[in-house]
Amino acid sequence: MRVELFVACFNDAMFPGTGRAVVRLLERLGHQVVFPAGQTCCGQMHWNTGYRQEAAELARAFTGVFGGAGAVVTPSASCATTVREAYPRIARAAGDPGLARAAEGLAVYELTEFLVDVLGVTDVGAYFPHRVTYHPTCHSMRMLGVGDRPLRLLRAVRGLDLVALPAAGECCGFGGTFAVKNSDVSVAMVADKVRHIRDTAADVVCAVDNSCLSHIGGALSRLRSGVRVMHLAEILAATEAAKEGTP
Amino acid sequence: MNSREKVLGRVRAALGPARGTPVEVPRGYRRRLAEPADRADVVALFSERVAEYRASVRHVGADEVATAVAAALWGRGAARIAVPADLPYGWLAELEGVQAVADAPPIPAGALDGMDGVVTGCAVAIAQTGTIVLDGGRGQGRRALTLVPDHHLCVVHADQIVGTVPEAVARLDPVRPLTWISGPSATSDIEMARVEGVHGPRVLEVLIVDGPLC
Amino acid sequence: MTAPAGTPPPKFADAARAALADTQLRRNLHNATATIRERRAAAAGELPDWEELRAAGAAIKDRTLLNLDRYLEELERAVTDAGGTVHWAATAAEANRIVTRLVRATGQREVVKVKSMVTQEIGLNEALAAAGITARETDLAELIVQLGDDRPSHILVPAIHRNRAQIRELFLRAMPGAPADLTDEPAALAAAARAYLRERFLAAEVAVSGANFMVAETGTMVVLESEGNGRMCLTLPETLITVAGIEKVVPTWEDLEVFLQLLPRSSTGERMNPYTSTWTGVTPGDGPREFHLVLLDNGRTKALADEVGRAALRCIRCSACLNVCPVYERTGGHAYGSVYPGPIGAILTPQLRGVKAAQPASLPFASTLCGACTDLCPVKIDIPEILVHLRGEVVEARRHRPVPTPELALMRTAAWTMADPRRYEAALRRGTRWARLLSRGGRIRRLPGPLGKWSDARDLPAPPAQSFRAWWREREGGR
Repeated sequence: MRVELFVACFNDAMFPGTGRAVVRLLERLGHQVVFPAGQTCCGQMHWNTGYRQEAAELARAFTGVFGGAGAVVTPSASCATTVREAYPRIARAAGDPGLARAAEGLAVYELTEFLVDVLGVTDVGAYFPHRVTYHPTCHSMRMLGVGDRPLRLLRAVRGLDLVALPAAGECCGFGGTFAVKNSDVSVAMVADKVRHIRDTAADVVCAVDNSCLSHIGGALSRLRSGVRVMHLAEILAATEAAKEGTP
Repeated sequence: MNSREKVLGRVRAALGPARGTPVEVPRGYRRRLAEPADRADVVALFSERVAEYRASVRHVGADEVATAVAAALWGRGAARIAVPADLPYGWLAELEGVQAVADAPPIPAGALDGMDGVVTGCAVAIAQTGTIVLDGGRGQGRRALTLVPDHHLCVVHADQIVGTVPEAVARLDPVRPLTWISGPSATSDIEMARVEGVHGPRVLEVLIVDGPLC
Repeated sequence: MTAPAGTPPPKFADAARAALADTQLRRNLHNATATIRERRAAAAGELPDWEELRAAGAAIKDRTLLNLDRYLEELERAVTDAGGTVHWAATAAEANRIVTRLVRATGQREVVKVKSMVTQEIGLNEALAAAGITARETDLAELIVQLGDDRPSHILVPAIHRNRAQIRELFLRAMPGAPADLTDEPAALAAAARAYLRERFLAAEVAVSGANFMVAETGTMVVLESEGNGRMCLTLPETLITVAGIEKVVPTWEDLEVFLQLLPRSSTGERMNPYTSTWTGVTPGDGPREFHLVLLDNGRTKALADEVGRAALRCIRCSACLNVCPVYERTGGHAYGSVYPGPIGAILTPQLRGVKAAQPASLPFASTLCGACTDLCPVKIDIPEILVHLRGEVVEARRHRPVPTPELALMRTAAWTMADPRRYEAALRRGTRWARLLSRGGRIRRLPGPLGKWSDARDLPAPPAQSFRAWWREREGGR
């Protein structure tokens, strides 16, 4: 099937490997990936920080690019949440019924939802011989409700040693602009997240959102922990043949 | 404009066109216990749940109440107890060496504090939560009576035990002052460590009377 | 711990910094919140119809709020018919004046108090003290706070920030008649409080309480408690004055069957709290001879006017959201600079006080929007939604200042850039070049400006030379 990719601005600039992994993975599964060049940002940061007008401008741009498309897939759970949950609210706050209608017509899926629910696959033929733990990000778990889809995908990866993360459901402390506005609390939270990750003795911690992972990874890197963060897509894209994506 | 009109006016202005919108309350919660429980199950559940609050529970036959009341008071070394003036007389029939003072005229608070205990009945009891409700009706007395003395012995008749909170609410009369009691007074204010016995009675004893009310 | 009177509390981030460095506070909070979280989960999990109860609780509160004027009038009639007197207070100052006048009329100089959030909100104890009346807190935790000249830090467990050793020292220092051989066993500390307060209860002529619920159709007041201090205050004095926010009303007696299940299980994690008292006006021969009810607005109608924010008025003060909040667990309640801390405080306080001042305006940002609170709120308040909404109110209140905030300028520029793919791509290239210059060994360890707060404790990977879109274009070009 034809799939439109919303890579998310953050991934575009900072984590292009995640976008490449999504493309490789979906193409390997026999689907056609399209990247609409007009895409920029969903407006999450603006909306969640209180900048309603600015968020509305970006939401209009987003619906302009992706409106009328079939399935849109994104490797960012928080961006998927923004489009699905926040766009109707953004439209209401802006008094823009046109935006509300446009948002209603969008079919945006977070990657693991798309794989499991739409494509009906859990074994994507990946090979990743490492010890991995999974952090369920708040948006993916509580707002999108992806449930155990990421874990089902991970369990089917050959060679992968999946180890449970203690206190997994507790927020890592990122929270978008919270990480800067309340950096002390944010760091106190990630300190505990890092402790739990290290308790698992995993080589890699993965999630379905690079924003949380940049926070967790930033702390792991500062501590020279040697633990690497990876987007789940990069693990799913890894095969015995492919070299990109291995730690 | 007085404050009453001011506050009500603000409420009306705040709600604007939404004011008076009817809201349907979905009442899909359970009004009775989940499993079709017979009387014996309800009584057993009540007894188990009361005990979990670290209150002592004893089952007695209708003809054993007086003996059980006397035994409980002797067991605590009680010499002088307060009772509601309309406590069923039979409940105290076997008291020996324990003086029961009827709350008529009302016993002053200071004197209540000197009492070794109080014996009452109750209005309703709830199995699911292990709760006893007093409504000031027959054999229960005014609220201070079951509050100031340090030991409360409460006689609960099996017929008075309902399964759930909704069943209890339906049976009770809101006009009466109600006291819902679930175990002895307690606090978890220090490091969340539960301590039984603060200002209310530090000991709660429950006698469950099985069989018909006499 | 206590800020000098008249000093505005610091903004959340600043207050939080100090709290985070308090090792003992961190340990006390972690232990207490972890314990109570487990208890709540067990108590809620035990009921098969928990979700149905939550749905009913939310709907009853919405019904109340959308018909609030009607239910308040109904309540007033019922209380008056039952022999009580109803007073209305638009502001905190007015409520304090009413209570002071009522106490004075009794000729008493001392009142006993049941723990109540609303009387803290209005600063009643301070107002009474200024009138020469001593207000004595009788809840154990409130007593600890009062003796320590401290502030409550939790809705349900106000002294959650103190451990047993700290409380023992405080009692020995500040509680008259505390036994010299007092140990730090919670049972011994509770016994000392019992002995200290008993004679005060027996002599009390006037009591002040709050109310958990008020039933409109019957005029019935409801107070849930554990220690029996509430029963003492509600039963022994001649005069009882209850102060309650106007949102505490529920339509019918039947509605209590929902809240008497939701509240104890959500707050203390018990099937039922040890004592619940209900009373309707006055009852001859049983309890106070005079009953006064003071209905308080104090900003609640402002919250009611906000279609999104009004859901915060559903709150039944169970404090489950505090215990599960990862921010609260680390900072404690004082950092919120309000009697309502934690997630509910972060949405309630800015609505009650407005968002013009910097401190209440900082509260909606004191959250990662993780949503753990909303998952278990017994009246299903969507706290993250209201937080985001109030952030919007904060931003809008500052948007048209003559000199824009640096953040507004930054956000506007970012949105302008992002709204157009060409501008976005140009910025992307510039940003990447700039960021790569800052990096060493593939990592950025020091960021400039406000972003320095990120790099204080976290690295940032250097952005790869090739963005995703550049890679895509190259790939498509090669086909």
